[in-house]
Amino acid sequence: MHEIVRDTPSDAPRLIAKRPDLIMLSRTADSLYWVSRYVERAEYLARILDATMRLTNLPSSYGGAGSEWQSAVSTAGCDDTFAKVYDEANERNVCDFLTFNPDNPSSIRNCFALARSNARAVRTALTSEMWDALNGAWLELQRFEKKRMDREEFARFLDWVKNVSLVFDGSAYRTMLRDDGYWFSRLGVYVERADNTARILDVKYHVLLPANEQVGGSLDYFQWTTVLREVSALTAYHWVYREAVKPLLIADLLILNRRMPRSLAACYENISRFLDLLGDSYGRQGPAQRQARKTLANLSSTSIDDIFQHGLHEFISDFITENNRLGGTIIEQYLQ
Amino acid sequence: MTAFDEMLGSGSELRPAYAALDRWLKEAPPETLALRRSQAELFFRRIGITFAVYGDEESTERLIPFDIIPRVLTKPEWTKLEKGLRQRVTALNMFLADVYGPKECLKAGIIPADLVYRNACYQLEMVDFQVPHGIYCHIAGIDIVRVDADTFYVLEDNARTPSGVSYMMENREVMLRLFPELFATHRVAPVDNYPDQLLATLRSVAPRSAPSDPTICLLTPGQFNSAFYEHSFLADKLGVELVEGSDLLVKDDVVYMRTTQGPKRVDVIYRRIDDDFIDPLVFRGDSVLGVPGIIGAYKAGNVTLANAVGTGVADDKAVYSYMPEIVKFFTGEEPILKNVPTFRCREPQANAYVLDNLDKLVVKEVNGSGGYGMLVGPHASKAQIETFRKKLKAAPEGFIAQPTLALSTCPTFVASGVAPRHVDLRPYVLSGANGISCVPGGLTRVALKEGSLVVNSSQGGGTKDTWVLDA
Repeated sequence: MHEIVRDTPSDAPRLIAKRPDLIMLSRTADSLYWVSRYVERAEYLARILDATMRLTNLPSSYGGAGSEWQSAVSTAGCDDTFAKVYDEANERNVCDFLTFNPDNPSSIRNCFALARSNARAVRTALTSEMWDALNGAWLELQRFEKKRMDREEFARFLDWVKNVSLVFDGSAYRTMLRDDGYWFSRLGVYVERADNTARILDVKYHVLLPANEQVGGSLDYFQWTTVLREVSALTAYHWVYREAVKPLLIADLLILNRRMPRSLAACYENISRFLDLLGDSYGRQGPAQRQARKTLANLSSTSIDDIFQHGLHEFISDFITENNRLGGTIIEQYLQ
Repeated sequence: MTAFDEMLGSGSELRPAYAALDRWLKEAPPETLALRRSQAELFFRRIGITFAVYGDEESTERLIPFDIIPRVLTKPEWTKLEKGLRQRVTALNMFLADVYGPKECLKAGIIPADLVYRNACYQLEMVDFQVPHGIYCHIAGIDIVRVDADTFYVLEDNARTPSGVSYMMENREVMLRLFPELFATHRVAPVDNYPDQLLATLRSVAPRSAPSDPTICLLTPGQFNSAFYEHSFLADKLGVELVEGSDLLVKDDVVYMRTTQGPKRVDVIYRRIDDDFIDPLVFRGDSVLGVPGIIGAYKAGNVTLANAVGTGVADDKAVYSYMPEIVKFFTGEEPILKNVPTFRCREPQANAYVLDNLDKLVVKEVNGSGGYGMLVGPHASKAQIETFRKKLKAAPEGFIAQPTLALSTCPTFVASGVAPRHVDLRPYVLSGANGISCVPGGLTRVALKEGSLVVNSSQGGGTKDTWVLDA
């Protein structure tokens, strides 16, 4: 048996609130919320690129329509802006567009720039560890930006982006006071994450439809595993279902399974929890709390068969709309 | 012109306060110094302590160069300086109360009335308005230069929104981290209680109607302001909200912050926005940085602004030349700190002398600041001198001139090794309802270019940690 022996402290540590009464500027809350959203989005973009690289690297006999790069742009949710900048969705253009292109408002570069500039405006609301993560990332990013990257270097870059997000997230988790600042920052993470997972499903839903269900190592298999890789869930899938990759179960994992940290249900469990904490500490519930609870209830009471029966695409589209609406409500209720 | 050196005096003597430092400098290999300097730079860059230089498109954020060799003052030197600073700031506050109130000093002919009335910083809004607790200049930065072992001059008073105090604190922080051995051998007076003193000062001047635990905030123009780092640094150390104009609103002459729980009343505002921009209803209507109605709330006595509106009239360079008389008139004492001898170009005789000696003098615009709009005669080209000659002839009242002072030098670590560079000193003086306080030392600024006398960070100056030795 392992045991850590420590002296017993004579006085139990007391939790001391940052200020006797909870005051937070709406602008501060707004920035905390967006800093987290941007960092989460940067990580998501890195995951999409990583997964797409893998898919396009397969021998052509496994290949399909060759539209993977266009699909990456769609998954990132920026078809229109991309079309304005580039004619063709190939590896070079898409990688440039999603990483460093200044014309793409949500390129990885711009996500980090916006995160840092929001953080800078509310420096005092972040812990020094969180600021360090963002400021360090911004300085490091400029070094990457200047380099001509080969594939290996690019892969390292994507890893680095994911790492920044881990460090930022970990710093927030480990160093922030558990008060409204933390809750707003967490809301940003989960609203963005729900949106990202839903977008992957929105773009790839056709791959998951029953008509495409075939057994064997076809392109579909790799498409499905790509979906799982985009949310770091390939291993999780096997642990949860203990069977071969099947589209219905992928959808179940990403939509309804609360054990899966990027599933829509898990995101809403968190959103609802953090909104409740805000509501309790401010002594007031509002439309944001009610909306989140309703969405969570829907996700809890439905089954994946129901969803497929009523139409996966409709379900996902509705979810994205609802999630955006909640984002708007949070802004109206707290951030203006 | 050989300048007085803080370490070596007028020649090759070694001044006692620097003995241990000198020994250490001689023993430390240059690589170590270079390494420590790069560590210091890394530290500043990571914490994001930056300074924006206006008119420099390329870099909106730049580090102020930090020199790792501290500037040392002895306890007796500081004691005398501090006494002089207290006297000067007392006089500044009394002067402000007077020019916006009874105007005794104008009636007594201490200073020409037009210098006050026609001053762009003289705010009619403030005439006959009683500021809370009678204090105008809560935070003052007094720029001091030294010319020999005993003589310190006041170069400039900063009575509006003096900046730089965060550098004073961060410089000490980085020195403590990088050179713990030096602090073991020197008893250096701490500066890290500055935020506590500032907070106590701000609390003490809350309106009398405010609760005993007043709500204080720091008003910044926003993150594109050159001193934004300092604003966020101070707000953090003070534990008060850092607000922008759009975070505040005024209703029925009361100022509120917009918070996640609705409006929250504000009692004291440490504002780092200039008078002109603070209230578009009263001053510049095109300002988007300020708060409409804030002056109304101020004049209704519902909020304290620190510093008060209209303090700029006291740090004007033309008014500066009358400071010795002002100090004497209001305190009844001889000024402890001298002024740099100053020619008032508004006086025809003085101007004639200045025009004849432009190549020897420093000419300053009366309303300029930050080293902008200034001629350093001995370092200027013929063309620059002629440009200034024209300006001087056209509007002599807009200028003052001073002899080029041999500012003291301090050993500084530059590319060629350790070499003397000119320095000044900006101590920060706080005035509250409970009196005046001043942390030992202040910010030492250093002109990094050889021979240069311009220490302003906007003109490429750097900073040093400033030590007041306790024994």
